[in-house]
Amino acid sequence: MSLLSVDSLGVRDQSGRSLVSDVSFAVEPGDRIGLIGESGSGKSLTALAVMGLLPPGLTASGGIELDGVDMIRAPERRRTGVRGRVASVVFQEPLTALDPLMTAGRQIAGPLRRFQGMKGAALDEAVRAALDEVRLTDTDRIARAYPHQLSGGQRQRVAIAMALACRPKLLIADEPTTALDVTVQAEILDLLDRLVDVHGTALLFITHDLPVVARVARQAHVLRAGRVVESGPITELIAHPTDPYTRTLVDSARRFDAALRGAHDD
Amino acid sequence: MSRRRSLHLGIGLTLVLLLAAAVVVSYLWLPFAPDDTSGGRLSPPGDGHLLGTDKLGRDLFTQLLLGGRIAFATGIGAVAVGSLLGVSFGLLAGFATRWLDDAAAVALDILIAFPTLLLAMIIVAGAGASLGAAILAIGIGMAAIVARLTRVLVKQVLAREYITAARVAGISWPRIVASHILPNIAPTLMVNLALQAGLAVLAEASLSYLGLGTPPPNASWGRMLFEAQATALTAPVAALAPGIALVALVIGLNLTADGLRDLTDPTRRRARTATSPASSTSPATTPETAATPASEPAAATAASATAAATATASAAASAAERDISPRRAAGADGVAEPSDPTGRSER
Amino acid sequence: MTEPILQADQVGFAYRGGVPVLSEVSLAVHAGQNVALVGESGAGKTTLLRILLGLARPTSGVVRFDGMPLTRGRLRSYRRTAQAVFQDPYSSLDPRHTVGRIVAEPLRGLGLGADPVKVASALDAVGLPEDAASRYPHEFSGGQRQRIAIARAIVGEPRLLLADEPVSALDLTTRVRIVDLLADLRTSHGLTILLVSHDLGVVAELCEQTAVLERGRLVEQGPTTQILGAPTHPYTRKLLASVPRLPS
Repeated sequence: MSLLSVDSLGVRDQSGRSLVSDVSFAVEPGDRIGLIGESGSGKSLTALAVMGLLPPGLTASGGIELDGVDMIRAPERRRTGVRGRVASVVFQEPLTALDPLMTAGRQIAGPLRRFQGMKGAALDEAVRAALDEVRLTDTDRIARAYPHQLSGGQRQRVAIAMALACRPKLLIADEPTTALDVTVQAEILDLLDRLVDVHGTALLFITHDLPVVARVARQAHVLRAGRVVESGPITELIAHPTDPYTRTLVDSARRFDAALRGAHDD
Repeated sequence: MSRRRSLHLGIGLTLVLLLAAAVVVSYLWLPFAPDDTSGGRLSPPGDGHLLGTDKLGRDLFTQLLLGGRIAFATGIGAVAVGSLLGVSFGLLAGFATRWLDDAAAVALDILIAFPTLLLAMIIVAGAGASLGAAILAIGIGMAAIVARLTRVLVKQVLAREYITAARVAGISWPRIVASHILPNIAPTLMVNLALQAGLAVLAEASLSYLGLGTPPPNASWGRMLFEAQATALTAPVAALAPGIALVALVIGLNLTADGLRDLTDPTRRRARTATSPASSTSPATTPETAATPASEPAAATAASATAAATATASAAASAAERDISPRRAAGADGVAEPSDPTGRSER
Repeated sequence: MTEPILQADQVGFAYRGGVPVLSEVSLAVHAGQNVALVGESGAGKTTLLRILLGLARPTSGVVRFDGMPLTRGRLRSYRRTAQAVFQDPYSSLDPRHTVGRIVAEPLRGLGLGADPVKVASALDAVGLPEDAASRYPHEFSGGQRQRIAIARAIVGEPRLLLADEPVSALDLTTRVRIVDLLADLRTSHGLTILLVSHDLGVVAELCEQTAVLERGRLVEQGPTTQILGAPTHPYTRKLLASVPRLPS
């Protein structure tokens, strides 16, 4: 059985307009899957649907099974049991994803306490270890800091530490580096790469940025206007795109890549 | 959402306009002269007296109409004073930086903390009880609230890039205020002013009830209430009539305020006419957008509201809200956004 | 070489009592030579751009326009020469103005005569339909909004365009189209561009010259091919190594 199977998922809004339709894919343990799409492609909605977190007014159809739980129809209590423990999410803007009124340490401690019943010195130790793992040195200061006192990169590291604290089987990363500087982006990608490797976590990486996803994913699905237009190994997609839209995406990315390369070779 | 709003606007405006029409009529025609006491004390409705008479024998309906004049004069006068002073000061404070900005904020907070009633007593003590003094007192109290709101709104608009663009385009500050800042803060201000008008009417009633408002023999709903309270059990109409009139006007103004939000927003104005030529093909109408403005407080509320959920879940919920709601709200109103249209106009 | 259109000479900036945001920045933009200003958030790019736009005064050093110091009195003629495009196409257009009014703003502000023909031709130059003028910004996508912003910048026929991260909020495919548009305008309108960006691919595509800003100082500047081909400063190298690349 797959860790996650999405079977002809559809998402509609209140007026019945289709935002996502007939999206199917599966994630096996340890997989690294990219969902590639631009604004309006439905990639983020797909991720939210997988977590059972579609905003009110949007309805999902089809099937989503995450670790054996039906994320569309199961009671909220069961779906909540999946979130954080089986699968967790890292978002684009860590400043809005983190609670501004809570220190980084307490935010990371939250899931550890709830799901693993940790407390006292063991909990403190686990929080420190989690911060260490995301390469945040000076762990004591970071643990005591509020989100606004951290840099964008540090916040994203805290968000990753929080997401991985309970060793989920699946990590969904929704444009986790789009808001970051390019050097910080490279560091965060390295970090994600290493962490999912070490823990055998499956990764669902959502982005519009082809070079970025090529860096971390092995398989990819290209979404456009709510539908999957092409799927396959990421290197294959980039080397031989068959769908015209995928080709446009690849050509766009190649343009800037070639310009850089041209500058290099001169 | 929008339908509820337009219903509110409809009911609110109907109430306010009905009362306003009655006040206009009162200037042309009154059932009895204001000082006509021929009806006998506290007589029940009938005999030409639609609502009966008050304890001095004056026609209650006539008194009610006269009180309406005062209520509207207060609402309009206080909003005029409050918005003129408040918006001007708020604009100046909105442009202030560093210590001046802090000083303005503190000054406004102090003024707001100062009770309107106390202010009214001071003014009345100096100038004597009159409608003008009451309006001035209420207007000044309102000005502080309006100024504080204006200051915050101005700061929000000043942070937008279109202000920088206007400066680069050589537009002078006064013209930036007139063409960018005022139009963009006006909708929120108008909603607030409509609410404030309701509060002003209530405040005048309270002042008159306390004897600090319009002096007798002018009728004011507040004083009518005061005068009727001793006989409320035996002649309930004398107390009920001004009470109902007051409540109707205030509720009307509040509903109008709520409904007003829609009116001046071009996003919604367009939504209602929905004739955009580009709306035919729109696959790109999903709620994702890189540039959706995310407000921190909203995320904070969302996060605390879902405190029971897991940390990741609550984070997800707040992020979802940020990502989705602006477009979803638009979607619900039937705005069809053009798809990336550049695709069609280009190779 | 001819006189630069715009020149920053030993420009420094610090908030009162604060650490310097910019120190001794010297930079020149010559006609026909696009210049990229590269750096990460907090490097001082935005402050430098505000100074170059005449929106802030440097605390030390001088900004020169056509060889003479940029004074208050010369601001108006400077702005006829230099216009700007901003990063966020959602924030840079007043939601309450029609596109036509938005695009005509520099014409009104700089006393160039708000001729609807000029507005129409600017909209045409950026590839927007004629009827766009009567519509509101919210009816357009991010890429189209950026086109509207570019139309506003070029309507008064400036020689210089200061562009602050003009494509970083856009999708990849839209980004390509806007970069193409900027490249087209350069030939069709004789525009020179000062591009503030952290996207080295876009920089390589559009600019002949590159200056690298790190913590308020220019650490390296010169021809783009040289800066990106053989970077000498460690920061430039790190920046270059961080750019995600397609597998070849």
